[in-house]
Amino acid sequence: MAVFEGATLAEARAIVARYPAGRERSSVMPLLYLGQSIEGRVTREALREVAELLGLTTAEIESVASFYTMIRLRPTGTHVVTVCTNLACALRGAKDVYEAAHRASDIPHGAELSEDGVISLHEEECMGACERAPVVAIDFAYHDEISPARVTELIQALRRGEVPAPSRGTAPRDFRHASRVLAGLEGDPA
Amino acid sequence: MTGLPRVITRHWGDESVIPLDGYVAAGGHRGLRKALEMAPDDVIALVKAAGLRGRGGAGFPTGMKWSFVPQDTGKPTYVVVNFDESEPGTANNRELVEREPHQLLEGAVITALAVRCETVFVYCRGEFLWPGTVLARAIAEAYGAGYLGADVLGSGRRVDVVMHRGAGSYICGEETALLSSLEGFRGQPRLRPPFPAVEGLYSAPTVINNVETLCNVPHILSEGAEAFRATGTEKSPGTKMFTLSGKVERPGNYELPMGTPFRVLLEECGGGVLGGKGLKAWTPGGSSTPMLTAEHMNVGLDFESIAEVGSMLGTGAVMVLDETDCVVEVARRLTEFYAHESCGKCTPCREGTWWATRVLGRIEEGYGREEDIPLMGEMGRNILFRSFCALADGAVSPISSTLKHFQAEYEAHVREGRCPVTGVGPGKAPLEGVASS
Repeated sequence: MAVFEGATLAEARAIVARYPAGRERSSVMPLLYLGQSIEGRVTREALREVAELLGLTTAEIESVASFYTMIRLRPTGTHVVTVCTNLACALRGAKDVYEAAHRASDIPHGAELSEDGVISLHEEECMGACERAPVVAIDFAYHDEISPARVTELIQALRRGEVPAPSRGTAPRDFRHASRVLAGLEGDPA
Repeated sequence: MTGLPRVITRHWGDESVIPLDGYVAAGGHRGLRKALEMAPDDVIALVKAAGLRGRGGAGFPTGMKWSFVPQDTGKPTYVVVNFDESEPGTANNRELVEREPHQLLEGAVITALAVRCETVFVYCRGEFLWPGTVLARAIAEAYGAGYLGADVLGSGRRVDVVMHRGAGSYICGEETALLSSLEGFRGQPRLRPPFPAVEGLYSAPTVINNVETLCNVPHILSEGAEAFRATGTEKSPGTKMFTLSGKVERPGNYELPMGTPFRVLLEECGGGVLGGKGLKAWTPGGSSTPMLTAEHMNVGLDFESIAEVGSMLGTGAVMVLDETDCVVEVARRLTEFYAHESCGKCTPCREGTWWATRVLGRIEEGYGREEDIPLMGEMGRNILFRSFCALADGAVSPISSTLKHFQAEYEAHVREGRCPVTGVGPGKAPLEGVASS
């Protein structure tokens, strides 16, 4: 195996063992997150290897991977920045925040990934922090009550190689690190 | 603030997480100790007597749900905590876990004891990276102190908790879609019956409860059914969490007794409409619940009172629109959400929500046609109750309720070719070919 090898393969086997015997298929999502933490997205090779680990077909794994937006099958930046533009955030100015984020990231019109490969940016559906709208997430760490000026600062910081502190908790280092936390391998993002 | 009784947020203080020792010092785990001394069926009877109803939207009696679990199947029984909070406007499960994770865990362990379950799965919303981490740490803490594991507090009873992170899908909050997702499939809903209580996770008996529901359970055990019923209304006992957002002075998560008038939430908790503007509309329980208006200021926030005025208590997510907000824009944005989150299984939902965004969009932009308004009503009727799960029904709510209360505003968009509230729009007849795009 090329993605799940050495220590990673041992971690993959531990993930599979979290679920009852005969129910190993439940580990598909955390295994995809583990692959994503290694490669920064889920590649064809990772899909194939997860299938091999679970005795399933690559098509079965892809059917799962393609359903969920947090499993990224396309080229992805070092950081994934999401701006909630659903109603609660929209009512507090989220559309302007998104547009400011897009400008600050230097993303070509109609694209999602910045030219320097640092930032993947997209509008997000409700992130469940409506009382702190508008909300921006950097690698799923939430930043509350964000203005267009503030999101510009956050993105400039990312482009300088810094990771801004979120409103609560600690920030993952990058999208790969967030994926590792999502795989359940680190309780502590810091 | 209001001086009204609080139950599950009574320990909320500063921003930090309440650790295990702090939780115990504040009276935590008394409910669990009591449950360990009781027969499982007596725990179920107590929760039934308290009249606790599910806080995730449907309001189903919790004790009754537990009593449906058969004990003679020869299969294990599972408890699944639905922490996939994603109904637009809803953010209270997140804060309940961020602040006091042990309250949820205690409720989940009591539930496991009541239905004779040894393995609890927590389905944590994928985007909730930090709340999930808080919970994962709390689980580790609870194992270390003997509240979880092979021998819970020396009782000989085993309860394990397994965290499972979702990956960004609203539909996975629907309980049968959640089970599909937890089993490693696309998150698509399943036909009921069989209900999860009989055939749920891995085809075994499964109880699925919402976070807020489970947070109430320890208090019912430690303080009794009567104390729980002392708050709220007869048919909706206890308190409810409300996430107040949108155009209000003080957005926030507020716990209020069931039946508290909306006016108290908006004015006393929220400080009124932002900037002193007029109230236009509000969702009582998230985007899937029909909107209400300024006429409904004194409606009680409980299952029955909200149903009486044609909506639903839902998740208690109150999003407030003021008089300067365009309801067509609001309906279009919410419908885009449903189009995005439709799992694709049923045609009326998958195609209907997408077409609805197109028609709403052209009305909003000033290119609407007279026949679009009856068309919206017809589309709603062709989606409602014609799909597998409640996502499609919820998708109709923003459209049908804004049409019901604000039809004149839709008509003005079409007639004037612009929004009568914001003035946005071309204000003239579209070029040939544009309107049909």
